[in-house]
Amino acid sequence: MGIFRKFFEKLKYTFKRTELNDDFYDELEALLVSSDMGVETALDIMDELKIVCKKKLIKDIEHAQIELKNILIEKLQATPIEFTYPMIITVVGVNGVGKTTTIAKMTKYFSKLKKSVLLAAGDTFRAAATEQLTDWADRLKTKIVKQGEGADSAAVVFDAIASMKAKNYDVLIVDTAGRLHTKTNLMKELEKINNIINREYPEAKKLNLIVLDASIGQNSIAQVKAFKDSVNIDGIVLTKLDGTAKGGVVYPIINDLNVPIVFTGFGEGVDDLDTFDAERFVDKILM
Amino acid sequence: MALFSSLSERLNHIFSKLTKHGKLTELEIKEAMREIRVALLEADVNYSVVKDFVAKVSALAVGEEILKSLTPTQQVIKIVRDNLIELMGGDNQKLNVSPKPPTIIMMCGLQGSGKTTMAGKLALKLKKEGKKPLLVACDIYRPAAIEQLKVLGKSIQVDVFERGTQNPVKTTKEAIAYAEKFSLDTVIIDTAGRLQIDEKLMQELKEIKKTINPTEILLVIDAMIGQEAVAVSTAFNDALDVTGVILTKIDGDTRGGAALSIRSVIGKPIKFVGVGEKLTDIEPFYPDRMASRILGMGDVLTLIDKAQEAVDEKTAREMERKFRENSFDLNDYIEQVNSLKKMGGLKSVLSMMPGLGGKLKQIEEQIDEKALERNKAIIQSMTAKERANPDIINGSRRQRIAKGAGVSVSDVNQLIKQFNQSKEMMKMMKNPKAHGGKMAMIRKLMGQ
Repeated sequence: MGIFRKFFEKLKYTFKRTELNDDFYDELEALLVSSDMGVETALDIMDELKIVCKKKLIKDIEHAQIELKNILIEKLQATPIEFTYPMIITVVGVNGVGKTTTIAKMTKYFSKLKKSVLLAAGDTFRAAATEQLTDWADRLKTKIVKQGEGADSAAVVFDAIASMKAKNYDVLIVDTAGRLHTKTNLMKELEKINNIINREYPEAKKLNLIVLDASIGQNSIAQVKAFKDSVNIDGIVLTKLDGTAKGGVVYPIINDLNVPIVFTGFGEGVDDLDTFDAERFVDKILM
Repeated sequence: MALFSSLSERLNHIFSKLTKHGKLTELEIKEAMREIRVALLEADVNYSVVKDFVAKVSALAVGEEILKSLTPTQQVIKIVRDNLIELMGGDNQKLNVSPKPPTIIMMCGLQGSGKTTMAGKLALKLKKEGKKPLLVACDIYRPAAIEQLKVLGKSIQVDVFERGTQNPVKTTKEAIAYAEKFSLDTVIIDTAGRLQIDEKLMQELKEIKKTINPTEILLVIDAMIGQEAVAVSTAFNDALDVTGVILTKIDGDTRGGAALSIRSVIGKPIKFVGVGEKLTDIEPFYPDRMASRILGMGDVLTLIDKAQEAVDEKTAREMERKFRENSFDLNDYIEQVNSLKKMGGLKSVLSMMPGLGGKLKQIEEQIDEKALERNKAIIQSMTAKERANPDIINGSRRQRIAKGAGVSVSDVNQLIKQFNQSKEMMKMMKNPKAHGGKMAMIRKLMGQ
């Protein structure tokens, strides 16, 4: 509750009282909207809070904050994901959200679970993307399947699956080219990669994870929708939570699209990845 | 091309509601402002910026001025638009050039904002303008960042200066000595992406600044950034007193509220925008055009620019004459299809047209860019005589043309019908001269 209290301390200080008046709701709206959850979600949450407070006859900030936190946590619930092996994770997302770094972190994560990990350098589009992933693979002592820049990414994935089957890897993580979700030809490429995986290794557990940058605003919703239109999206990796960005945009994504957050990233080191913790996430929003 | 389209759709919706009434009441203005507020927030404009903006615009709109005016809706639009322009900052501003070469441009920003690619784009742009740029790789933290810049540099044949993972402050110093030695007049420094709260790395930027005293310090920001825009730009500006901002990735469908937030908070101009993945995809930022687009008034100015690039003056004048005399034939039609293609296709042109705003989506669904290509093939299968005088195209000619173009006769029929309709429409249009050549050109292009 430590960090969480700050906002309400501030409120009390600002208004020198503890009632749930219009000033309180104005401040609350500012706080919620500033997390990037969107004005509609913010209004929904405030309405819910008002109803709960009325029902439970809550009139003071102290009790309202507990209810608010409950609402915020509850709204983050979505069907969770289970890891079963062998598993192929395809990592997608727009340019610059931190896909490659996230892959390095996930490699470390599964290694710690004593799973063998193979990487596929499927971003054959961006200059030096393969080098960047190779660099990580070297540091993590992980095998990587790659071809040159401009190669067919589906072919890289094909090779990687063959290698995975031959050597019994538990996890294959496929990097893909960052693309603005409005570029249809690159989205087609993603469909092709998915088809290859389905065809070549139907028994494996398949996960498509979308990497979202916490500092990006409402456009993240459009990103998930667009990727969802071409391939199935099973979960979110929310990156860059080490900054001051709150990443509240996941609220409309979880509520409207039922895509759960699987991992959160909070730094550039390989260990800076965690499974999603709703309470901690909410604490940051209310900071 | 759908830049800011969602916001403009929303505002169009608001104003279309307003126009249904004769005169505006205070209540209606309040209603409009509430929707403007929501629209701006959903466009990721910062909460406090929106609050100030709406308060300001409301105060202006609710006053006598608007209630007494003849067209209240136009007044509201004008006030909102003018204030949006003001918020995004007056005229377009160019890059500063140092009186004593080299001009030093330092790029900074968060991770993933697109600094390295933008450094490459700037280098190519400056090279095309006759400058001799040098790219300096100072991102010593991200794996393969230096490699990425080297690949970019090679593809545009611009030198890349790098000293591996050596201290960036030292590297920049050496790079400038290198530029002086080889008479390279512009040095573009790509720094590592960093969080604005990373004190150690922010300190590094301050030291680079102190050591080399850059002519331009450009903050590169992802146009999709959310409420963070304010915190990020404020922190970088406080640390470095940046000279300008570059917004990247506006080729997606972001509503780009960041443009409004950043300028209004740090007061520094947005100098360029990144509009695609290719290294030529860089454009100046024009607040007035952007504001017009937000309001669904279309981006007439950009359209005119593009039209001028695609159609040379002589051809344009010739077209205008034909248009006026209604002697427009199928040869001209092909010319127009080609021009449209050069301007980025019909959809792209439409997205810049005023007054379409909300209807654009509907229209877009009906447009088949391939149909234009098919029509081109049909016309190319005609003889010169047929093209100049489509009236002579009879049944057997139609069959021959269809065969030649690999389409059905009904496709040919449809094209001729369309062409005749276009000619009819043109006849009905008023004297194009009255609005000058430019408007005529646009009208003619839309006559298809």
